[in-house]
Amino acid sequence: MSGGRAAPRRERTALFAQGEPMIWLTGGGLALALAMIAGLLALVVVQGSVTLWPGPVTRVELNDGRAVMGEVARSESVGATGGDGPVRRRLFRTGNFELTGEHFQWVADSDIRAESRPEWALVVERTAWGRFYGAPQAFLLDGRAAASDPASAWAMYEQHRLAVQRRLRERQRLESRDIGRVNRRIESARLAVKSAELRHGMGSVPHREAVARFEAVERQGLAEHARLRGRIEALNRENARFQLALATADGWEQAIPLADIVRACAPNRLGLAAKWAVYGSRWLEFLSGAPREANSEGGVFPALFGTALMTVVMSVAVVPFGVMAALYLREYAKAGPLVSLVRIAINNLAGVPSIVFGVFGLGFFCYIVGGWLDRSFFAANLPNPTFGKGGLLWSALTLALLTLPVVIVATEESLAAVPNSMREGSYACGAGKWQTIRRIVLPRALPGILTGTILAMARGAGEVAPLMLVGAVKLAPELPVDAVAPFLHPERSFMHLGFHIFDLGFQSPNSEAARPMVFTVTLLLIALIFLLNLVAVLLRARLKKKFVTGAF
Amino acid sequence: MNTLTATDTLTLEPPAPAGDDRLAAIARGGQFDAVVHPAVDREDATLEVRDFCLWYGPKKALHHIGMRIPRGKVTALIGPSGCGKSTLLRSVNRINDLLDTVRIEGDMLLNGDSIYAPGVDVIELRKRMGMVFQKPNPFPMSVYENVVYPRRIDGERSRAALAEVCERSLRRAALWDEVKDRLQESAMSLSGGQQQRLCIARAIAAEPEVLLMDEPCSALDPIATNKIENLIDELRGRYTILIVTHNMQQASRTSDYTAFMYLGHLVEYGPTADLFRKPRLRETEDYITGRFG
Repeated sequence: MSGGRAAPRRERTALFAQGEPMIWLTGGGLALALAMIAGLLALVVVQGSVTLWPGPVTRVELNDGRAVMGEVARSESVGATGGDGPVRRRLFRTGNFELTGEHFQWVADSDIRAESRPEWALVVERTAWGRFYGAPQAFLLDGRAAASDPASAWAMYEQHRLAVQRRLRERQRLESRDIGRVNRRIESARLAVKSAELRHGMGSVPHREAVARFEAVERQGLAEHARLRGRIEALNRENARFQLALATADGWEQAIPLADIVRACAPNRLGLAAKWAVYGSRWLEFLSGAPREANSEGGVFPALFGTALMTVVMSVAVVPFGVMAALYLREYAKAGPLVSLVRIAINNLAGVPSIVFGVFGLGFFCYIVGGWLDRSFFAANLPNPTFGKGGLLWSALTLALLTLPVVIVATEESLAAVPNSMREGSYACGAGKWQTIRRIVLPRALPGILTGTILAMARGAGEVAPLMLVGAVKLAPELPVDAVAPFLHPERSFMHLGFHIFDLGFQSPNSEAARPMVFTVTLLLIALIFLLNLVAVLLRARLKKKFVTGAF
Repeated sequence: MNTLTATDTLTLEPPAPAGDDRLAAIARGGQFDAVVHPAVDREDATLEVRDFCLWYGPKKALHHIGMRIPRGKVTALIGPSGCGKSTLLRSVNRINDLLDTVRIEGDMLLNGDSIYAPGVDVIELRKRMGMVFQKPNPFPMSVYENVVYPRRIDGERSRAALAEVCERSLRRAALWDEVKDRLQESAMSLSGGQQQRLCIARAIAAEPEVLLMDEPCSALDPIATNKIENLIDELRGRYTILIVTHNMQQASRTSDYTAFMYLGHLVEYGPTADLFRKPRLRETEDYITGRFG
């Protein structure tokens, strides 16, 4: 060894002192979380957005001589019976339920003799019985063939389609608006009789008058009914003249009245632009139309509207109470064990399972409060409940209760974040407590309060379990807002996107058709909540810029 | 109220070498009478502190303070950290009342009106005083709204009156020329020094009788500090100013009278020139010259 002085031996720096593993560990955690979120979003977006795309229609001829035509919904590999490796099988959406008794059919590749994409394979979306797949054979006018080859039948269909649709809309208007108006008039006369009977007794003068009025109204109403029925019949007769005759892959022939057709297209003939047009038209119907076929077809507008309205009513109910409660806790109450206890209770409330709130809402709002309202103000309507059942108002109040802790906690935090120096400055100017709160503390805390509100709204909009008990239904006949006074009907039950997803996913008779819709509705719900959050972030940023920035 | 005491006469001669004993006595909790120069008592007092004691919970923070704050003059409170000068200042407009644990004895008089008597309207009282805090604390609103805030909470609605108050206050606070074109901008967009002058404008908007300043320059750079000191100089005479400062030069530059406090006791109180040039107590001299504290 040389005589040079060796460097003093040191312990190697411990691995944990360098911190590398911790960077990897925490970064890995973040990456995992991000991957899960991205995966979830990607799944929902991809699955949800392809649902309404008009895919190609495939016709296959099977070895046993049958033929199957439809859109391929999905495919999978199954173990083969012969032992020559796995075999692919595909699920065809074949439609034609009234002929075959099923909407979907599995076809194994090994059974297929020939496969083609016929030019004139038509996808017909109907108001009932689901989709129909077939080739146009003829256009029937008053039962006689007016055109008897696919191209000219299709041309005549295109020609008469809009007029038929117009008559349909008119019929719907007559049914829902005009007949509804007559019915309401008769109903209110009947209620007047009932309440005269309740107030003055059977056979009293006001009662007899009300009965007489009711009979007059009823006579008039029945005459009006007959007149409207006549007009509807005329429209129906006119529409029934037009039929499209289709031939299925199996060789059946079926004439479909034009009035039953919502949308028909021949995807194999369509160019990209035309496909996009169909796609857009389906989205438009999805967003603005009412559901058909046990919710598995058509639109979700009632659910979208119900969700939005319920969320708004809920926010209107929860924000003032939450902010007031937080203000008292933070600004007025003297810190002590009682205040701490209240805070713990509020935090616990946030952890109570939502179904518990549903049960409470059903018991308290629907039965106790609603029952009392019915007995006091809507006695004539009994035994039919008005407020004594699930409805929009009770749902909103139940969810307001559920989201109250979110608002209180967020508001309290933002109040605590207002620097005390500002309060002192205000007091030193001779301001009172309320003046200080209103002019200094609340504006400064507003961004935080808004954040809490949005969190509550997002939570409320996504909640399903309690709503099943207090007012969300599978199919609501009427929207909670319409043109009939008093315009807002908070007692009506309503449709809700979250409940709609549950219903589609688990309660649908046609589960294969409902499955893609589950993703589409989920996509819509996510988009709605994303939009809500975006608005909140922008609003908060604006308010922050106004109130909070500065050198100190 | 403390007047000249026996201790005073004893220390008229050059400070006794054993002067530190007094601070030690204070630290031990002994009784101590402040040395107040006779010049103070010859002044007309706006504010009079009478035998004032204050506790934060069990801890006594002010011990029998007696002081007369001369009208129209600038009075500085100096002393090491924790000596109670800010507490005393914050007791004058009863901002300390906001803390639950504060308890007081004694009283203060503002132009003869008791501040701590039961039944005093605290809000009315605070309107007679303006306060400027250590860190600029403009409110989260426009420059204009900041200045007229004291008038607004009084219920003043007239635009003309408010605009007049705004301009007058900002001019007095030497800020008008800098912000007259951006009155509607957020006060948060001003620089630190401008924010502090804005706070001064706000404090004088309601024409207070006393202006309380709690280390108004401690968060500012030297140039902004200089501007504030010039401003205090201009406000002298119009308002009675009570200012807490950590900065000896600032006290000697800006104030007419200076009070030296230590551990909750008033130690020496007199005209600034006398206190800084020939303090009667050795302890005061030690503190001023930086030998302790």
